[in-house]
Formats: sequence, structure tokens, C-alpha cells
Amino acid sequence: MSSPKPAIEVADLCKTYVVRGAATAALDRLSFSVAPQEFVSLLGPSGCGKTTVLKIIAGLTAPTEGIVKLEGHTVLGPRADVGMVFQTPALMRWRTAIENVLLPAEILSLDLRKFRGRAKDLLDLVGLSDFINKLPNQLSGGMQQRVSIARALVHDPSILLLDEPFSALDAMTRNQLNVELLRIWSERKKTSLLITHSIPEAVFLSDRVVVLTARPAKVMDIVEITLPRPRTPDMRVSPTFINLVDRLGRLIGLEFA
Amino acid sequence: MNATGVGQIVKVALSLIVFALLWQAACYVFSVPTFLVPAPSDILLRLFEKGGLYLTHTWVTFYETLLGFAFAVLGGCLAAAVIVVVPALRDVIMPLLLIAQIVPKVAIAPILLIWFGYGLAPKVLIAFLIAFFPVVVNTTQGLISVEQELLELGQSLKATRWQIFWKFRVPTALPNLFSGMKIAITLAVIGAVIGEFVGGNRGLGYLIIIANQELDTPLAFAAILVLSVGGIILFWMIEIAERYLVPWSSTGDANIEMARQ
Repeated sequence: MSSPKPAIEVADLCKTYVVRGAATAALDRLSFSVAPQEFVSLLGPSGCGKTTVLKIIAGLTAPTEGIVKLEGHTVLGPRADVGMVFQTPALMRWRTAIENVLLPAEILSLDLRKFRGRAKDLLDLVGLSDFINKLPNQLSGGMQQRVSIARALVHDPSILLLDEPFSALDAMTRNQLNVELLRIWSERKKTSLLITHSIPEAVFLSDRVVVLTARPAKVMDIVEITLPRPRTPDMRVSPTFINLVDRLGRLIGLEFA
Repeated sequence: MNATGVGQIVKVALSLIVFALLWQAACYVFSVPTFLVPAPSDILLRLFEKGGLYLTHTWVTFYETLLGFAFAVLGGCLAAAVIVVVPALRDVIMPLLLIAQIVPKVAIAPILLIWFGYGLAPKVLIAFLIAFFPVVVNTTQGLISVEQELLELGQSLKATRWQIFWKFRVPTALPNLFSGMKIAITLAVIGAVIGEFVGGNRGLGYLIIIANQELDTPLAFAAILVLSVGGIILFWMIEIAERYLVPWSSTGDANIEMARQ
């Protein structure tokens, strides 16, 4: 993965919050990069500032120091070619599934007639073709998160940022959505950055895993995931998988000791 | 209307009938004088004797109520929008609103009469003043309660302030607006009646004052009955509108739940 121009490049990122006169460091000289079409996970303990990294990459927050480049361009503010999936589905309760998926196209003033078909295809891709006209409160939590994944893809962004998208779901739904995300990624090949605190999730999905320390977050290690692709659910019990989970667990466990 | 709703209505109707019957029986058994507490039969009799009279006065009172209510909703939405869109004005507007809310409307009603005369204007104004506050407070709350992550999604797509307001904030606030309107309509009825109490020659409030002066208690009770029924009907109309216009609100959730069972 030594592409000449990384899709995401994070260099010496520092973020310090000042709360009531006292400065707290959230990020400490964070550096890593993601190659085009690569799937990278940021793994770290809860509250270590992973979400802050994502917000800086999305251009929603400015870093205190350091620089982020997306496809060679320095991030100075939000960019429309990024798709975001949040911890909560963050759907509009008054809109049907398809209207929620169309929201980015609407905000970007794209031709809605053209995008309607695309939104339908995406809902089909996430397995919700029978639910396109349902309101969010008629869908289960897992279904709502699928809608929000479809929404993140509708304007065809080149980069997908996922902020612990499955952490609020039960284990079974979570595993199922991991498999689906894998399928979506292999079909659409978006550069993806996933934030998670689930080690199996990170191993199952990623090409590489960036392990962060507790606050202030530093890069502890970057682990290459040597599982072959295409990946299948039964790989979760393969020796390679178990070894990698064990290795990452030790890395994170060491930090807590 | 589903089975649960019908059952609810039957229950309420039955309890009202039982209450009226007990009242009737108590008046009969203890031979309570009509000018003190009229029996339900006296009240109904009075109501039907003077049907035309009630129609005129009811129309006047509810005309004042609806006008005051309409101004309260329009003004309340406008004020809420200004508070949310221009946060700097919030600190100016909120204290003024609070003062306007705290001043007892009954106390300023006579002054408003001096200023605006004995016609329609002071009644509408009092109804407006008393109904305005819940609309502002609820709508403001709704406009600012957009989910943080949804706002971030908007920002990440470079949504304009206009888009954030109309596509994100306004629909989020609609259920709150309806909560405010439900409180406001009941208050607007009170406001209109206060206005008529203080000075006027028309309306149900005026009718109650006259009835009291003549010790015609059944007439007063009948006016109160009409007032209450009218208020409840207005409240229901807003609730029905809410069910159709904001089916996703909390009441809407309950409806979906009921439909599933």
C-alpha cells in the first residue's frame, strides 16, 4: 500500500481543548495515511479522541496543529466528496427512507430525478428495497443505520468516514452489518476510515488498523491485516484472524496496564 | 379511528353522564335552590330556551379567541425564528417576553380597555398576550433541538443557513409548535373571556356577568358549559391537525404502535 498520493493524509495532528482556562490535549502528533480504496480502522479506547480525528478530517473542526490532506488538498473546511456515517443513524424522522437517502443530493442541489434511481439502488444494496417509503420510526435500529449508510453514499463521495456506526447495535445485528459493509465496500471501493473500539470488527473489515493510545491519543502501532480478500464470515474463526485479534488486544491491553 | 379511541370516548362519555346524574340527584334530594346550584336539567333547559342568544355570544367569543390565537401563533413563530437565527437578539427578546408573561393579564385588562375601547381589539389583544408565551417557548425549544449529528451532516455537506433552517430546524420544531398551540388555544379562550368580563356588551364572558347580576345561575352555568365545550372542540381540532401534519411526533409514534397491535 505505497501509493504515491494517499487519499487521506494526516500529519502531526494535535488538538488541544481549553476548558475553563485549563488546556487538555486530545490528540498528540497523530500521523497516518490511507491509500485510495483502502479500508483503514482507527482502534482505541473509548473517549481517546477518535471522533475528534474524524471531525478534523471531515473539516468540521480545525486542528490546533498539523495538517490533513484529502487527495492532495489541504482540508480547510467541509468537502462534499466525503460521506459520513455517525454513531446514531441521525435520520430525519419526518422523511421516508428514500427521502433521507436523498438529503445530501438535495443539499448539494443535484438533479433529484436522476438521483432517485440511485437512491433506490443504494437502498437495494443495503437490503431495504421493501422499505423505501417507511418512516424511520417504522424501522429497526439496524435498518436505520443501513439507511444512513445509503445516505452517505448517495452523492458518490470518494471517501467514507464511519464513526463507530455499529456501536449502538446488538452483537448479532452488528456482525451482520459488518458483513454488509464489507460487501458494499467491495462493490463500491470507497476509501474508508472506520472508527471503532471493537477489535474483531476492525480486523474483519480493514486492510490496516491504526491503534491509538488513551488520551491524549497517539499512534501506538499500525497493524497490517493479512487476512485474504474477499473475506467471508467463516474467517472469523481462522487462526490468522484469532492471532490478529489477540495481537491487537495485547497492544490495547498493554496501554491499560 | 381505532377501537382503543372509540373505547376511550365511551369511557369519558359514561363518566360524564354518571357525574351529571349524581349532580341531578343531589340537587333533588337536598332541594338545593336553583340560584345557588342549578341542576343539570335546569341548565340544559336554559340552554335550549335561549339557543339563538348563545349562538351570537358564542360566535363573538370564539371569533376573539381565534383571532388572538392566530396572532399568537404567527407572532410566536416569528419571535422563535428570530431568537434562533440571531442568537445575539435572544438576550434582548427573552427578558421582554418573560416580563410580558409575568405581568398578570387580568390586571392590565382595564388599562387595555382605556387604550383600545370596548370593541374587539382589547379582547383579541388579551387573548394574544396570554397565548403568545407557550408558542414562543415551545417553538424555540423545537428549533434548537435538532440532533447534533444531523447538524454535523448538514455542515459536512456545506448546507446554507437557509437550508439548515428550513430543512432541519423547522420540521424538527413542528411537534413542539403543536404542543405550544394546544396550550395556547385553551389560554386564548381564557383571554377572550377576561376581556369580556372587564368591559363589553357581547360574548359569553359578558353573558356570565349579566347572568350573575340577575342571579340567573342556570344561564351562567349554561354559558360556562358552552365555553368549555367550545374550548375542547378547538383543542381537538388542533390535535387532529397534528395527527395529519406531524405523524412522526410522539403522538404519531403511539398511533403507529397502536396500529401494530
